[in-house]
Amino acid sequence: MAKVRLLYFASLREATGQDVEVVDSAAPDLATLYAEAAARHALAWPRERLRVAVDGAFAQWDDALRDGSEVAFIPPVSGG
Amino acid sequence: MTAHAAGTIVARFELADARFEVEPLRAQLLRDAAGAYASFEGWVRDHNDGRPVLGLRYEAYAALASAEGRRIVEEAVARFAITGVHCVHRTGDLAIGDLAVWVGVSAAHRGAAFDACRFVIDEVKSRVAIWKHERYADGDLQWLHPEPAAAGSTDEPRGEGAR
Repeated sequence: MAKVRLLYFASLREATGQDVEVVDSAAPDLATLYAEAAARHALAWPRERLRVAVDGAFAQWDDALRDGSEVAFIPPVSGG
Repeated sequence: MTAHAAGTIVARFELADARFEVEPLRAQLLRDAAGAYASFEGWVRDHNDGRPVLGLRYEAYAALASAEGRRIVEEAVARFAITGVHCVHRTGDLAIGDLAVWVGVSAAHRGAAFDACRFVIDEVKSRVAIWKHERYADGDLQWLHPEPAAAGSTDEPRGEGAR
């Protein structure tokens, strides 16, 4: 099990109703971690449309969870 | 000589949670070796996608946005013959006509200045973790999550979380 902080932004924050969620997860990778969050909050975003970041840097979906890390699922950006 | 002789190449990216002045930032890009300066200013406009817009809010994942923004300006230095590049992007609440993003580039010649300026704003729009929340005249609110240019998906959840 790994304890991670999930960060939600923009429409993901509104869909989950929170900007931070601390979870204990046995997910082997970040893709599974997102699947768990998507099921828990009935998120409409397919993982293919999102990116994932760990501790403030972009990561890969097949990366393993690191205990104590901060994970953010990044919906398509709209700055500029 | 002058205070602007040679020196290292400026490559900066910043988020700003309040209005900022462009002129002092532009002045920091001046160099004796620079014969050109190009800039881009993105302003909040009063419509989007055919809907009247009253204002908007930018939300950033600051740690990630700052890191990716710095990567972009460093890429611009590596790709183009420029003497300086600086980009500042607003966060928070903005009104119509407010400056949302500024890019300034100095270079020996105009071609590199224009090209690097275009590169930076395009990359910022596609890569930096900033989201726009628009407020419409009809009372609706919406997070914008644009499709990637090449994608043909039709299940656009861009209005998710609206209202």
